[in-house]
Amino acid sequence: MPSEPKINTKGYWRKNLQTLFILLFIWFLVSFGFGVLWVEELNQIRLGGFKLGFWFAQQGSIYVFVLLIFVYVYRMNKLDKEFDVHED
Amino acid sequence: MEILTWTYLLVGISFAIYIGIAIWTRAGSTKEFYVAGGGVSPLANGMATAADWMSAASFISMAGIIAFAGYDGSVYLMGWTGGYVLLALLLAPYLRKFGKFTVPDFVGDRYYSKTAKIVAVICALFISFTYVAGQMRGVGIVFSRYLEVPIEWGVVIGMCIVFFYAVLGGMKGITYTQVAQYCVLIFAYMVPAIFISMQLTGNPIPQLGLGGEVSDGTYLLDKLDGVLADLGFAEYTSGRKGMMDMFMITLALMVGTAGLPHVIVRFFTVPKVKDARLSAGYALVFIAILYTTAPAIAAFGIYNAINSTSEKKVSELPAWISTWQKTDLIKVDDKNGDGIVQYLPDQEKNELSIDRDIMVLASPEIAELPNWVVGLVAAGAMAAALSTAAGLLLVISTSVSRDLFKTFKPEISEKKELRIARIAAAGAVILAGYFGVNPPGFVAQVVAFAFGLAAASFFPVIIMGIFSDRINKEGAIAGMLTGLVFTLAYIIYFKFISPELNTAENWWFGVSPEGIGSIGMILNFLVCILVSSFTPAPPKEVQEMVQDIRIPRGAGQASDH
Repeated sequence: MPSEPKINTKGYWRKNLQTLFILLFIWFLVSFGFGVLWVEELNQIRLGGFKLGFWFAQQGSIYVFVLLIFVYVYRMNKLDKEFDVHED
Repeated sequence: MEILTWTYLLVGISFAIYIGIAIWTRAGSTKEFYVAGGGVSPLANGMATAADWMSAASFISMAGIIAFAGYDGSVYLMGWTGGYVLLALLLAPYLRKFGKFTVPDFVGDRYYSKTAKIVAVICALFISFTYVAGQMRGVGIVFSRYLEVPIEWGVVIGMCIVFFYAVLGGMKGITYTQVAQYCVLIFAYMVPAIFISMQLTGNPIPQLGLGGEVSDGTYLLDKLDGVLADLGFAEYTSGRKGMMDMFMITLALMVGTAGLPHVIVRFFTVPKVKDARLSAGYALVFIAILYTTAPAIAAFGIYNAINSTSEKKVSELPAWISTWQKTDLIKVDDKNGDGIVQYLPDQEKNELSIDRDIMVLASPEIAELPNWVVGLVAAGAMAAALSTAAGLLLVISTSVSRDLFKTFKPEISEKKELRIARIAAAGAVILAGYFGVNPPGFVAQVVAFAFGLAAASFFPVIIMGIFSDRINKEGAIAGMLTGLVFTLAYIIYFKFISPELNTAENWWFGVSPEGIGSIGMILNFLVCILVSSFTPAPPKEVQEMVQDIRIPRGAGQASDH
């Protein structure tokens, strides 16, 4: 049996960590940032019937969370293929 | 038909469905009992996770809590959804690749130590038990309210149903009943929400209706701010909690969510690493549907409640108020005898008290919907209570049969292990039921702290077990114990020893006991890293295992070896 080509584990892991860092930064920004720390400032801006900070705290952050996971799924599936570590 | 007839009919049908599914999908092996054979599709697992996650409290009480807390209620909305991002990105795929059955399994293997495993089992049992006792009480309350039986009988009925499908079906039975329960509960939650939104704002989507205009052309939230301010309450969209406390509570709830054993274990049931990631995404979509609707129900509810009572004649209150007055959930007391209801922050003069659960329970009547919708909401609330209780009971039984029994007696046969798991599940149901009937005073308070404890104990050691190959058993054990003891001590001090000191001036850094899990988590991380750096690195095979779980290929199915 031909020996399997060596997988670039380090490269895969570094790309993974990069992805995590960016996505978790956004995660922190929309919830703790927009929803808590800068909520007063954002409340000066309006989004239709909402104050923007309030909207992020009760609606927006949750929508962004959902998006983040699907971006992660998409990005990791691509990375898995790129580094040939996918399952099938 | 009468409301009660509809309730019995719809609840009866939904129970028949759950039991049917349980018989059809009953578990035949330990693997089916623990992780549903590892063959659940990501979509089904996402739905089951959502039902597992959303308890009777989410279904009945959350909208009411937000209605009275306004902006401050956001901690629950962000906290109980944001944890899924952590779960999807930092935990689920790697634990799935690791491929065993429980969280203590992982802790025991990664930290090559029986002691670490036992500490993890104790944390898991403690968290699950405090949580399930609260759920059983919830089951009892829901049953008694809708079926008009005493709470004790409600608990017993709930115990029988959960007993039947959790003991018989194991994880496999639970998973597929939870899929059905999710469908029931989300339908029941959305129908009244959509109608109330249409009624108030003309927009059928509650999430948009929340930002919509009421009949006089002003925005609902602005109107609400104004109405509350006129009566002397704080504005709906501004907060009363300190910023530091908001931050820490949100963090503790998020991290706690990602550290709850009954949530983590759901990601062991899918076939692949890829599926674990996707499944977390689906789970959050299903959860988000309810969690973005809840703040709309909250605002609609409090607006309707104030509008139809404040400064109105006692004799001319709408019909739903008198209906719910019978249950004591709404109380009107014309203290000054002027025949008009005054809703005021001053408890001496306030003439109206509204229980928070009213916002969901009375929603069909407020929207003037037909009687069958009330029955539907009842079935939904029961689905929410039962699905969470069953998921927790499974974690308890697995901890006993696998993490305790099998650790000390590795030679027991599969058949015997399965029997022990079933007996443990049965025992857990009975114990939880006992606490449901005779709730110790501390249960209700402790449930909220299960999150803090999960955040302070599990989360850091799991994360570092994956993202560092240098953290060793000494560090992990010291970290877990520090986090757990610190968090527990802070909570016990402020909640039980000196509750009179439980005010913002006395808290450390202005962090309430609800948010202290975040500090416990940080301590856990610090102690763990510090102790590890002074003690020897983990053995080579453990370091190789860490490398291995980072790569999706070769996940295979969850297994014993």
